Amino acid sequence: MNPVQGVDQAFWYILGISGVLLLGITIVMIYFVIRYRRSKNPVPSDIRDNYLLEVAWTIIPTLIALSMFYVGWKSYVGLRDVPEDAMQVEVFGQQYSWIFVYDNDKETENNLVVPLGKAVKLNITSTDVLHSFYIPAFRIKVDAVKGMTTYAWFYADKEGEYDVLCTEYCGTDHSAMVGVLKIVPEEEYQRWLESDEE
Amino acid sequence: MSESISFFNTPSPAHLKGMKAWLLTHDHKRLALMYMWAVLFWFSLGMIIGLLVRTELMTQGKTIVGADVYNAMFTLHGVIMIFLFIIPAIPAIFGNFFLPIQIGADDVFFPRLNLFSWYLYMFGGLLAVISLVTGQGFADTGWTFYVPFSVTTERNVSLTVSAAFILGMSSMLTGLNFVTTVHRMRDKAMGWMQIPLFTWSLYATAWVQILATPVISITLVLVVFERVFSIGLFDPDKGGDPILYQHLFWMYSHPAVYIMILPGMGVISEIIPVFSRKAIFGYKAIAGSSMAIAIAGSLVWAHHMYTSGMSDVSVFIFSLLTFLVAIPSAVKVFSWVSTMYKGSIEMNPALLLSLMFIYLFTVGGLTGLVLGAAGTDIHVHDTYFVVAHFHFVMFGGTGFAFFAALHYWWPKMFGIMYDFKKAYVGAVCACVGFLFHYVPMFILGLQGMPRRYYDYLPQYESGNFSAGLGGYLMVFGVFLMFYNLFMSFKKRTPASVNPWGGTTLEWSVPSPPPMENFVEPPHVKDYPYDFSEIVAESQKVKGKE
Repeated sequence: MNPVQGVDQAFWYILGISGVLLLGITIVMIYFVIRYRRSKNPVPSDIRDNYLLEVAWTIIPTLIALSMFYVGWKSYVGLRDVPEDAMQVEVFGQQYSWIFVYDNDKETENNLVVPLGKAVKLNITSTDVLHSFYIPAFRIKVDAVKGMTTYAWFYADKEGEYDVLCTEYCGTDHSAMVGVLKIVPEEEYQRWLESDEE
Repeated sequence: MSESISFFNTPSPAHLKGMKAWLLTHDHKRLALMYMWAVLFWFSLGMIIGLLVRTELMTQGKTIVGADVYNAMFTLHGVIMIFLFIIPAIPAIFGNFFLPIQIGADDVFFPRLNLFSWYLYMFGGLLAVISLVTGQGFADTGWTFYVPFSVTTERNVSLTVSAAFILGMSSMLTGLNFVTTVHRMRDKAMGWMQIPLFTWSLYATAWVQILATPVISITLVLVVFERVFSIGLFDPDKGGDPILYQHLFWMYSHPAVYIMILPGMGVISEIIPVFSRKAIFGYKAIAGSSMAIAIAGSLVWAHHMYTSGMSDVSVFIFSLLTFLVAIPSAVKVFSWVSTMYKGSIEMNPALLLSLMFIYLFTVGGLTGLVLGAAGTDIHVHDTYFVVAHFHFVMFGGTGFAFFAALHYWWPKMFGIMYDFKKAYVGAVCACVGFLFHYVPMFILGLQGMPRRYYDYLPQYESGNFSAGLGGYLMVFGVFLMFYNLFMSFKKRTPASVNPWGGTTLEWSVPSPPPMENFVEPPHVKDYPYDFSEIVAESQKVKGKE
């Protein structure tokens, strides 16, 4: 499965249940305020607790929370397990641009070009402060840290251009540290890789 | 009740006069009010800076300031709101004022230390101001001061973190004072299960303040050492580890989130039963969940670091623990709502603000689940989704609890009543503005807009524009609430001893309370939220009519 799908399903699962819970709590709260207003219900009941109810609303949310944890973890594993046939690109974050280095030492700035239909593994590091490599369309993000290499991968399954952003605040022009990911057909990629154009 | 002289007219120590009676006072109530004015000043300033930040973001490119000023502005907004507003707001103002009264004491255990804490707070604030106008200007690192950026930037980071260090000390000493006071000064008749829930929440908070704050203090000192002496602990150029800094930072700063929210939860646990005229549902569960949050909340710090490059095993463990800490918060929300079941509910500005709190806090809590889950967090980490989430919890939660506390205890603190109509209008404007302000940020985050962005790609413009509009409405609402409260000083409509029908001890003393709080020895109830007398009295009054 494409990891993007896994992550999106986890979003729907967690946000869906959360939406139902929020709606339930809000409706019950508003209903109580109206139903038991003082003019209508001048004498309150004296209810201080209810053991069974309290146990229930501790255990059931715990189970729901654990299921969310599981769904979230599964989708995370998808983001971390790189297919063996993935092509690799070295990525360097610097104030304020992304440098991409290919196997044949071709180097580009803010321009990541990859062939359609391939899994792409990015080995990421920084040459100065912290940055964070982010491609929203593929739900991947990982910090670029000087002195260590982190990684992320995605499956280039659709032709097109996608934003590459920096999400770890890195100084004055942090928000201008924007690159582009281009997914192009295999032949075009090969031609580009051998040419001098960026 | 016998006549009493309010603390406003009784200096403590007795020989002091005029300004000195305030600036050198040992009275917890005077100190609470001194904190209040300072906190309100910083909060207003922080809010105006926040509004300027949002104004800048309303259109693409430069709107009012350049990138460097913008970066210092959002850092200043964060530092003010965290260290000078949210952390001290409820404990230092309402905790100082009401914790001793709620447990039947005449003051805190260390009154002089209390005064010293206030001076530390003021000094920390002063340092923040000084760091604004000296050297290379205010830090531009964000309030998180992440290395190596905070070590390499030329801005005034050393002075800014020193301010945070001093403020941390003030918070720690207040915590120490509260823990000691609860243990040593409690009325003899008051066992642990008779302590009001606001005091319980402050007690839990105080332990976190004492145990977690030293970690950030040391860490901030190390940042200064790194800058001044280049010790090479965090800087990778010198063999240091930036991720170590993040662990140390969040080891305090995540528990600090509970320092910020727990007292707010305590306020809500007081207000809901009073206006429902009904016992709080599940007293033990609420008191216990405060302690559970304090303990479990100290074990989840690295959920801020899923993308940092730490190991997948750490991600697994911290994600799992994070989901478990959600449970005690959920229990509290369920208990508050259930308290209203078959109550006798009277609408009031303080109650309305508390209901808004429940809604906004629930949204904040539930969206936190998205951030706690590993796979989904990767996408929205460090985006506007996070910004929206923590503003829902911190502002929609603690902020609205703070407003609720102001409206709930105002008559007790000053002995005067405010105008309800303006309070309602202010609260509704603040809440509606809040939603228009922060809901677009959830969407921006899901679309992938990173936080701490001076400028953005065209697809994010409409969201930012509408967030700006909501921001103006929200700030208007907040200032209207403040204005209305201040106007009560002019009108001076007197407030009775117990205008809302509360059962905790502060409602048994005069408004405003006398110098050592109690005119007659306090009468401690077996159960702090027993409304039977209040109900019986109101029935009697009704019978006469």
